[in-house]
Amino acid sequence: MPTMNIIEAVRDALRIEMRRDQRVVVLGEDVGKFGGVFRATSGLYDEFGADRVIDTPLAEAGIIGTAIGMALYGMRPVPEIQFGDFIFPAFDQIVNELAKFRYRSGGQYPCPVVIRTPVGGGIRGGHYHSQSPEALFIHTPGLKVVAPSNPYDAKGLLLACMRQNDPVLFMEPKRIYRASRGEVPEGEYTLEIGKAAVVREGTHCTLLAYSGMVSIAEEAAKKGEAEGVSIEVVDLRTLMPYDIDTILASVKKTGRCVVVHEAPRTCGFGAELIAAIQERAMDHLEAPILRVTGFDTPFPYTLEHEYLPNADRVLGTVRQTLEW
Amino acid sequence: MTDVVTASSTDSAIDPVVSAPRRGAFVYFDLEPEAKAHSLFQILREDGSADEAGVAGVDQALARRLYEGMLTIRVTDARMMALQRQGRISFYGEALGQEAAVVGSAAASLPDDWIVPALREAGVGLFRGLTLESYVAQIFGNALDPTKGRQMPCHPIDRDHHYVVMSSCVASQIPHAVGIAMAMKAQGHAGRCAFGYMGDGATSEGDFHTSMNFAGVFHAPVVLICQNNQWAISTPGTVQTASETIAIKGLGYGVESLRADGNDVLAVHEVCRYAADKARRGGGPTFIELLTYRVSAHTSSDDPTRYRDESLTEVWRSRRDPLLRLRTFMEARGWLAAGEHDALVAQLEARVRDVIATVEAAAPPPVETLIEDVYEEPTWAQREQLAALVDPAS
Ligand SMILES: Cc1ncc(C[n+]2csc(CCOP(=O)(O)OP(=O)(O)O)c2C)c(N)n1
Ligand SMILES: [Mg+2]
Repeated sequence: MPTMNIIEAVRDALRIEMRRDQRVVVLGEDVGKFGGVFRATSGLYDEFGADRVIDTPLAEAGIIGTAIGMALYGMRPVPEIQFGDFIFPAFDQIVNELAKFRYRSGGQYPCPVVIRTPVGGGIRGGHYHSQSPEALFIHTPGLKVVAPSNPYDAKGLLLACMRQNDPVLFMEPKRIYRASRGEVPEGEYTLEIGKAAVVREGTHCTLLAYSGMVSIAEEAAKKGEAEGVSIEVVDLRTLMPYDIDTILASVKKTGRCVVVHEAPRTCGFGAELIAAIQERAMDHLEAPILRVTGFDTPFPYTLEHEYLPNADRVLGTVRQTLEW
Repeated sequence: MTDVVTASSTDSAIDPVVSAPRRGAFVYFDLEPEAKAHSLFQILREDGSADEAGVAGVDQALARRLYEGMLTIRVTDARMMALQRQGRISFYGEALGQEAAVVGSAAASLPDDWIVPALREAGVGLFRGLTLESYVAQIFGNALDPTKGRQMPCHPIDRDHHYVVMSSCVASQIPHAVGIAMAMKAQGHAGRCAFGYMGDGATSEGDFHTSMNFAGVFHAPVVLICQNNQWAISTPGTVQTASETIAIKGLGYGVESLRADGNDVLAVHEVCRYAADKARRGGGPTFIELLTYRVSAHTSSDDPTRYRDESLTEVWRSRRDPLLRLRTFMEARGWLAAGEHDALVAQLEARVRDVIATVEAAAPPPVETLIEDVYEEPTWAQREQLAALVDPAS
């Protein structure tokens, strides 16, 4: 089996789907000839031409708004927003239009647009090249939110997203775009949207993580193992709709849970997960569910590693639940 | 009007257009609105020559100031790019080849005017009094950085000289410039104006169009300046817009729109002075397209050989270099003696080196700064989060 990094896996998925389905087009800033600032669409312009790999003017509202129009007409646009931080000029189009088209047309106009965008910090990007805005979009009914953590999932999930009919925000972890490398099957396969994966089994505490934080959770679990702490790591993979069954099964098994995300803490996705778990599994909990998150601040530049959750902070928090 | 030629393609546009002065004023400013937005105002020809009447108002002191301003940017940028390659700073975006647009416009501003910059206008700040120490400290993002290491390099600030900190979000700053101008008007502060800068790419964003519309409707004392360097990362001007020029976009909003050779610092200075004077006198907004070229990569993260023909870049780097043009002009008049240029460069290089030496060694901002300035006072949650970081046992 070939090995790929996340960028290559994303590109592979796009290429497969564009070969298979004439209706799939890619559009965005610098995605064509240049192949995207992170090279995710590199080579696609040469293979599919300027009509299907579309360099757009610098206007995110235009990119998403016209993608919506294309989808209404029956195409399958896969717009790229260059950085998750620059999605906000398109916020209105995403929140008020894309996410609501199916609903406000009584089901007659589904809007299968898959928005790809790199998210997360740790690349010395400061507050405009580091944000993790998932909570805003999970809180937008009508939009699916998918956040893979590795190349295998990225390819299988992206293919799945392009083959279903709801709009998706597909968030790619840019810090590990190249660092995360793994075996990826050639050709097509899809992974079910809405399914989490237990990426490491354990018995003392469940760590819920996604995107760039999965590798941090795994590192904490490894450190924990050396110290006699057995940690189960669940990679949520899809944030909306999230996989409540896998989450509950794990938490019921371990009796403890810590949620990790790099987005700010207050009203972050962790708050939703904790609420949902305690509503359904109070009797199984040995300790309060805790969070390791970014700060309630914009994403910093020089102090980004103080801001970002790391394995020591995660393991320390797991210990707090064990010592409760 | 034989001396005004309509641009048909970006590259031919820079060449042939000269506006001869007549009776002390430039005929360019008397053209019809459409013609002003289509043609290209120039004073210094590419070879550094000029019509005598066109430069009658230019004295040695002004030329010197402009030249030193441009040279400051060039020398500082080169040093910063070197630091980036050495891994001493994370990122840099230089203004190579655009120094005339930066400095010519800066020189048209007065101390009470406000500056709302985009990525390439740090030189406007430096020209108005932003210290090199402050500029470099922001780039290092350490404890000496007046903005506390919060942002990537190239986001300087200078409140004392009304230089507002830049946002990375393209075009987001343009309405702020218009709003500042509206406030000047609302507060009855005549004799001031706001300068709002942007790149060519920014003119595609909704914020640009909103800003133009507000500027026109509210007759705001604002000078909106587009540095058309013909690229937005890999996107050329022809992909950015189907419009013949960028300047003509202002006309639909009822905003007087000018277009000048952005590599001719005297022309830039003249159009900006015209627009700023008009704004300060209550004459309303002006939109100015300055045609130039991004000689460098987009930033230190970019490699333009992947997407453009660098042989054209060479033309802009050499023959069309804005510093060379002014230098030739000054030397021809004896305003820059032999060896003076080299001495200036050496002086600036030493100054930049000294500043780096004092700034680089500073410690990172204290960890407490993480939660400062988000609100006027930190919230209980922020304080709790900081406490957990400083003392995990808490
Ligand atoms: C809203 C937004 N979208 C995308 C980006 C990414 N980006 C940074 S600079 C840039 C190109 C800007 O081009 P232009 O406005 O011409 O300015 P220049 O860099 O040429 O000075 C892009 C696309 C951004 N910073 N902000
Ligand atoms: Mg540009």
